[in-house]
Amino acid sequence: MLLVIDWAMILEKFVLITVVVMASLGIAMYTTFAERKVAAILQDRRGPNRAGPFGLLQPLADGLKLFFKEEIIPNFSSKSLFILGPGLAMLTAIMTSAVIPWGDKVHFFNRDISLQIADINIGILYVFGVVSLGVYGIMIGSWASNNKFSLLGGLRAASQIISYELAMGISLIALLMVTGTLSLKEMVLQQQQGGWGGLLSWNVLKQPLGFFIFIICSFAECNRTPFDLPEAENELIGGYHTEYSSMKLGFYLFAEYINMFISSVIMATLFFGGYDMPFVNEANLSPNIAALVGIIALMAKVVFFIFVFMWVRWTIPRFRYDQLMHLGWRILIPLALFNMLVTGGLILYFNK
Amino acid sequence: MQALTNRVKVVERKPMSLWERLYIPAILKGMAITFSHIFKKKPTINYPEKKRPFSPVFRGLQILNRDEEGRENCTACGLCAVACPAEAITMEAAERAPGEEHLYREEKYAAKYEINMLRCIFCGLCEEACPKDAIYLSETFTPADYQRKQFIYNKTDLLIPHPQEDPEAYKKALGNRAKNQTVN
Ligand code: SF4
Ligand code: SF4
Repeated sequence: MLLVIDWAMILEKFVLITVVVMASLGIAMYTTFAERKVAAILQDRRGPNRAGPFGLLQPLADGLKLFFKEEIIPNFSSKSLFILGPGLAMLTAIMTSAVIPWGDKVHFFNRDISLQIADINIGILYVFGVVSLGVYGIMIGSWASNNKFSLLGGLRAASQIISYELAMGISLIALLMVTGTLSLKEMVLQQQQGGWGGLLSWNVLKQPLGFFIFIICSFAECNRTPFDLPEAENELIGGYHTEYSSMKLGFYLFAEYINMFISSVIMATLFFGGYDMPFVNEANLSPNIAALVGIIALMAKVVFFIFVFMWVRWTIPRFRYDQLMHLGWRILIPLALFNMLVTGGLILYFNK
Repeated sequence: MQALTNRVKVVERKPMSLWERLYIPAILKGMAITFSHIFKKKPTINYPEKKRPFSPVFRGLQILNRDEEGRENCTACGLCAVACPAEAITMEAAERAPGEEHLYREEKYAAKYEINMLRCIFCGLCEEACPKDAIYLSETFTPADYQRKQFIYNKTDLLIPHPQEDPEAYKKALGNRAKNQTVN
């Protein structure tokens, strides 16, 4: 009996995985384009507008350029690890998308298909585990380059990511105490019910400080300005990808954009109601329409967060390295601990 | 110490207040500033589609002039080459043969006339030096090219179109620049 395989289920998941991965790649591709456009607009420039209408083919041209660049594997590098590095970075970046609820469910061929690849009950922990693995891609790549500058860049990146992961985790503990669940799906369901069209139950209202810490930490995790020291190419040396060229470099850069997309999705899911469209009662709509509305709502939130990422990047200069560590260890972690204690105290007080 | 002028500005070095040390207000202020730039007008001109009009004194690519009958003005006197601070002009003179009166206005003409556009600084001194109104600077600039030798412009590149054979192109090349009076 155990060996009965639900082929339809496997097919369904396979299709879903393909769609999600392709969508992540496509969105990351166009995020690079959006980044250049946003940068240009914020700086009173025009940005890329030559390739295709409004420059929309620019990411393709960029990708093509990277593919045609010479592939260099340094002689003294450890070759297998050198190739593994960018692959790992890309893998971990995409893997996170498995537990994200992209929408409620669609109804096709008499089946309810959940728009989540895997609804595991420890969703958040999985996200954390995989995000931590992302450091390996960077560390392995920088180590395998056999170049002290790459290694230093890798160390910078690794210590930064590890430091900020702590504060991020602690800020989430407070959130978990409020929601009482680790499953991302359930969190979204919780945020759907509540006063004022569901808006009042969004976690950002219950955990404003937690959200604030979380967003700062995700800036650091994604190596975005003001925390982009790992690849501060204009004052320090390029960083962990100094020795990389061609599409292997492209993978690193691409993984970063996917990370940015994924962390925007996670922020939207954890704090802003995920696929919940405020003022719309999804139960009244037919499931397929509701799912569509949900996906649009989620994407709108994600686009907003990605814009914030870029907006901050083109506003604030980078931190110095000691300031970065100071902020992480001496401000954010105590703040997160404080937030956790206050949340715990309040929960105890009200639930006596 | 007494200040020498009254323009001295004392730099304040007092420690930042708590509000300032929070940084967040300052960051939000900065973000508001960058956001306001979304609505600013962009000064960029979309170049190949839209061109910026040149000022009336713009000095561009040189043109070798002809008179109304289409004869070349240049008499290969070499004054332009002497005047040129960048030493961009070279020429070879030749004597006008009988029967070539419809080609060259003077008895001596430039058989070869070259301007190296990579050397030229578009100062316009050649135009000022020329006694025959044979050279003037137009309103176009030197187009980009892939090879160095393409930048050495010879007579076919520089000569203005023939006013009688191709009057329209002649008019266009002439612009409103060249002094059209004939100097003898
Ligand atoms: S414009 Fe000036 S630099 Fe150019 S050829 Fe004439 S004199 Fe020489
Ligand atoms: S262009 Fe004018 S100055 Fe130069 S050689 Fe000809 S006539 Fe003389």
